[in-house]
Amino acid sequence: MSFTTDQNGYYGNYGGAYIPEMLHQNIQQLQDNYQEIISHPSFQKEYKTLLQDYAGRPSSLYFATRLSDKYGCKIYLKREDLNHTGSHKINNALGQILVAKHMGKKRIIAETGAGQHGVATATVCALMDLECVVYMGALDVKRQSPNVARMKMLGAKVVTAHSGSQTLKDATNEAIRDWINNPEDTYYLIGSVVGPHPYPDMVAKFQSIISEELQEQLMDKEATTDPHRILACIGGGSNAAGIFYHYLDNKKVQLIAAEAAGKGIDSGESAATSILGRDGIIHGSKTLLMQTPDGQITEPYSISAGLDYPGIGPLHAHLIKEKRLDVYPITDIEALEAAMELTSLEGIIPALESAHALGILPKLESKKNEIIVISLSGRGDKDMEAYQKYFKYAKKHPHEDLEKSFLFVP
Amino acid sequence: MKSITKILQSNNLLSIFLTAGFPTVERTIEILTEIEEYGVDFVELGMPFSDPLADGETIQQSSVTAIRNGMTLANYFEVLKIVREKTDLPIVYMGYLNQIMQYGAETFCKKCIELDIQNLIIPDLPIEVYEKEYKSLFEKHDLLISFLITPTTPEERIRKIDEMTTGFIYVVSSSSITGKKRKITKKQQKHYEKIKAMKLSKPTMIGFGIYNKETYEFACQYANGAIIGSEFIRYVAKENAAQFLTSLKA
Ligand SMILES: Cc1ncc(COP(=O)(O)O)c(C=O)c1O
Repeated sequence: MSFTTDQNGYYGNYGGAYIPEMLHQNIQQLQDNYQEIISHPSFQKEYKTLLQDYAGRPSSLYFATRLSDKYGCKIYLKREDLNHTGSHKINNALGQILVAKHMGKKRIIAETGAGQHGVATATVCALMDLECVVYMGALDVKRQSPNVARMKMLGAKVVTAHSGSQTLKDATNEAIRDWINNPEDTYYLIGSVVGPHPYPDMVAKFQSIISEELQEQLMDKEATTDPHRILACIGGGSNAAGIFYHYLDNKKVQLIAAEAAGKGIDSGESAATSILGRDGIIHGSKTLLMQTPDGQITEPYSISAGLDYPGIGPLHAHLIKEKRLDVYPITDIEALEAAMELTSLEGIIPALESAHALGILPKLESKKNEIIVISLSGRGDKDMEAYQKYFKYAKKHPHEDLEKSFLFVP
Repeated sequence: MKSITKILQSNNLLSIFLTAGFPTVERTIEILTEIEEYGVDFVELGMPFSDPLADGETIQQSSVTAIRNGMTLANYFEVLKIVREKTDLPIVYMGYLNQIMQYGAETFCKKCIELDIQNLIIPDLPIEVYEKEYKSLFEKHDLLISFLITPTTPEERIRKIDEMTTGFIYVVSSSSITGKKRKITKKQQKHYEKIKAMKLSKPTMIGFGIYNKETYEFACQYANGAIIGSEFIRYVAKENAAQFLTSLKA
């Protein structure tokens, strides 16, 4: 079984480029050149130097002692939250901005959900002195306002998307429309392993630095490159793709993903694509997709703006189909509780997205003495409002069964 | 039954795009029944989609309304059934690929033929995927397909699209999504001239940003006709579509 794309950008049945003709030239140009551009020694040298000196890589692999004690296994956190700008998104933004520069593009557009990709893009645009426009759903502008302020200070124009559920899907639609309107000078810097070929593969390659480092770091600490399990959250799936990348063909390592179950899989308010989705086309890619029987894309819901997306990257759809990836749905409340737990045991406030990956821990059976690596994809500064609300609520209702109460409205 | 292939042999063709189910299902049926009286040669009936990537706000909004009005692909064909009792107006199906996938491509083709839809436009079906996955199916059912070309499409690819097209070639007027009203530009004229000079083997229709008599007539100089979408929908919303259509031919 191969977990890389074929020449047309398919992972098995999934992927491809289902794009309107207006995008053809730009996509074709990328498809024809990305491999050569990014594998060139001078590109790699510049990229690796930026990752090290600018982003602060390698990100540390931290042995979480108290969390490990609690769960009776060895838990390591891959600390993407410690990167410059506070998440894994910078790995991809740095890579793609060099591609854009190489192609002579002058204007950069991006979509963002949690704002982490928007901030990363605004950051690399400031660094490279390029114009930057970030599309963000109206709901996300509200719930991730610290990141909106950061993007603006970094010189980006933040355009609010008012269509649909006013979240990541709609921001992505608007970014694609912008690209159709500006085919000459503009580069679309996609933030996850989604979209038409070659984006899923290109973004996965830029994020693969995570598992490349992990192998070495684990060798240092445990005298093996292989943990028993790796846990990551999936919005589009880029931090997961990055931390899984060098283990995809290594069946000894179990790969586990968390997807956002929102208020529960059956609540009608969730973003649990692997359970609720069917094969379909979203943002130029064939993948698993939440949709009505008639093929209208469903508006998803999650407390976490970065996971509030009705699709997943085609790589992950393929991994699920081939049973290489196990997916756990994690609810809002489970994620919030996991975030509180990590904060109190380890003094680390995670992003709400990453908290979903932590939310898998209590659900894992028979993990005694196992080595488990969790992708701590980002830090929680942007989520303080949601955390404070939850704090207040939990204080007032200490004995409520939160999961079932529905009283807590994030 | 009127053959769309035959119609496409003429010039100064006027084609109208409308979203099925906008502003109401009843109104769609009325418009389709009456529109030929206003000199419209054929209609592109849009199946509304939740996430139409190539469309601007007007068509997006009309799609939201239409979906809210219960427009599904099954209902789309129900509407056609009613319309077919009253008119043999040539109707082109326009819709994104996901809905055809979910409905089942084979069943979809059969339904189209049953209701005298002869031509399809699927904006997110590139020729490469068409060739591999849909060509033999559409050909088996004698369904014609139209592909788009844009100002950034290189000549070599235009030739390839000309070869793959079985209906008409949809010449997109400028690099943009639907619904942008713009004055005619030199660049646009050059684009039209280039296409005309290429003497393509298939009929051509110019669309996107055609919104009045002037832009319609200008486009007609370079192609077999032009398609008006967003502007027609704006007039439908304002309840004076008839007046608008009359003004085009005045
Ligand atoms: C911290 C963090 N983790 C995870 C995600 C989800 O994206 P992906 O699945 O591409 O890693 C986001 C997206 O905004 C994020 O900000």
